[in-house]
Amino acid sequence: MRAAFRGLVGVAVLLLLWELLSNSDLVPPGYIPPPTVIGATLVRLLLDGVFVYDVIASVLAWAIALGVAIAVAVPLGLVLGSVPAVRRATRTVVELMRPIPSVAMIPLAILLFGGGPEAKIVLAVYASVWPILFNTIYALDELDEQLVDTARAFGTSKPRIMATVALPSAAPFVMTGIRTAAAIALIVVVSTELLAGATLGLGQFILTASSGGGRMDLVFAGTVVAGLIGYLVNAGLEWVQRRFFAWGARTGETV
Amino acid sequence: MSTMLEVTDLGHRYGDHTAIDRLSFTVAAGELVCIVGPSGCGKSTLLRTLSGLVASTTGHVALHGDEVRGVPDDLAVVFQDYSRSLFPWLTVQRNVEFPLKRKVSRAERRARAAEALEWVGLSGAGAKYPWQLSGGMQQRVAIARALAYRPALLLMDEPFASVDAQTRFELEDLLLRVRREHDTTILLVTHDIDESVYLGDRVLVLSKSPATIVANLKVDLPAERDQITTRESDTFVALRAETARLLHGGGTVRPRVQADPEGVAARFLAAERAEQAAQASKRHAAQN
Ligand SMILES: Nc1ncnc2c1ncn2[C@@H]1O[C@H](COP(=O)(O)OP(=O)(O)O)[C@@H](O)[C@H]1O
Ligand SMILES: [Mg+2]
Repeated sequence: MRAAFRGLVGVAVLLLLWELLSNSDLVPPGYIPPPTVIGATLVRLLLDGVFVYDVIASVLAWAIALGVAIAVAVPLGLVLGSVPAVRRATRTVVELMRPIPSVAMIPLAILLFGGGPEAKIVLAVYASVWPILFNTIYALDELDEQLVDTARAFGTSKPRIMATVALPSAAPFVMTGIRTAAAIALIVVVSTELLAGATLGLGQFILTASSGGGRMDLVFAGTVVAGLIGYLVNAGLEWVQRRFFAWGARTGETV
Repeated sequence: MSTMLEVTDLGHRYGDHTAIDRLSFTVAAGELVCIVGPSGCGKSTLLRTLSGLVASTTGHVALHGDEVRGVPDDLAVVFQDYSRSLFPWLTVQRNVEFPLKRKVSRAERRARAAEALEWVGLSGAGAKYPWQLSGGMQQRVAIARALAYRPALLLMDEPFASVDAQTRFELEDLLLRVRREHDTTILLVTHDIDESVYLGDRVLVLSKSPATIVANLKVDLPAERDQITTRESDTFVALRAETARLLHGGGTVRPRVQADPEGVAARFLAAERAEQAAQASKRHAAQN
């Protein structure tokens, strides 16, 4: 509670300094709009429907991408983590694909998928699969042999051990991977919108606002919303992790 | 008394390292047999082959007359390291229910888990998570889980080696009580001589690696045991001395002991000294 209060005080002080700075003679007028102006712009934008559509379009693309990434990476990680032969066979491919920055593939994705939401979703999936995949594999490497032995000694079958021992024991690691992936997916979605000149989306909104006349208050408002979404996503996932995987932290298994 | 476990010529090798060498012994129904042996002599390996976790290289095992292949149905294991054998994501109640999944109905599972938790004095702890309990309580949960399974044979691998002395005494007495009340057949492995004599109806003494049985001692103590008076009794002191002699040195005072304790003891002493020297040099290296 006290930490939260101190955090709020910090934010308030920062906003106050910002307000004073942008109203002073130190910066050209309109160059950095004060928080009060940005706040007013933000409220206006949220009441007017078009901006809300942009936000929804980005968040939706992000959610779909993250969902697909989880659906792909977790089962794949379970296979790679538990079948050494498959892991050896795919190692080279993985090592070659992983370092490609997804932002570098934006032009390729646009050529392949056009300017619609597909390009940003595909790119975000590509970028966010890795942390989930690697954390899942790592989790299986770290699986405690004695937990498995305990289940085996009670006559538990292999598939059931996978479902009732390996999977739950990997869950906190996987969750950490998902949190990283969520942040990456958001970055990739907004960057693709920025670079691809998409028709909808937060990135597109910021781009339009900054071009031409350069409405700084709109640019700042868009950026603040992007930051806020990122913050809420991380806070939400952190809550899920604390709520459902508290045991992982207790046993030192959460990274 | 009928034979519950019959082990014949059981051996296990890791590559070319022989961990246990042609062990033969039996455990009667309702008996509590302690196996005592020095660290690294192959006690865990023996329990792992008995429980089917690893395949034995030689010999066979029969449980209530049936030849065992793979993991037997009605056998439970309690490991030393409770923190790594209880599932941290399950409550205590669900941990105890775990082995009963797909074997008995949900209602019966609940009932049996609750009952077993009561036996070990943990009725109120069902909704807690293992990491919210002390070490001794966690090991009691592991014992409750094994009992709820109603195994024909309960295998215990140094179950009390990781708790403090006071808790250890409590758990030893708890084990003696539940096994008397529920007629459980137990094979318990330990490196602690006192514990093997205090708990056992019989003590099997193992040699240094590769493990062979050097003695089979009947414990002539009354069934009802007490941490203070039993340990003071002449029988206890004599048995403890005999077991220690068999493990560490000297001959034996009892003619019923088979094998050659002299040779075994000499081998054991030499190996022990080598190990101490190795550890000392390791410590020395670590300090520099
Ligand atoms: N998985 C394994 N692979 C190779 N050697 C092993 C393995 N497990 C145990 N050993 C060796 O077998 C011997 C007996 O080990 P163990 O059964 O754990 O002894 P104890 O339980 O009596 O301390 C030791 O020398 C140990 O190093
Ligand atoms: Mg051991």
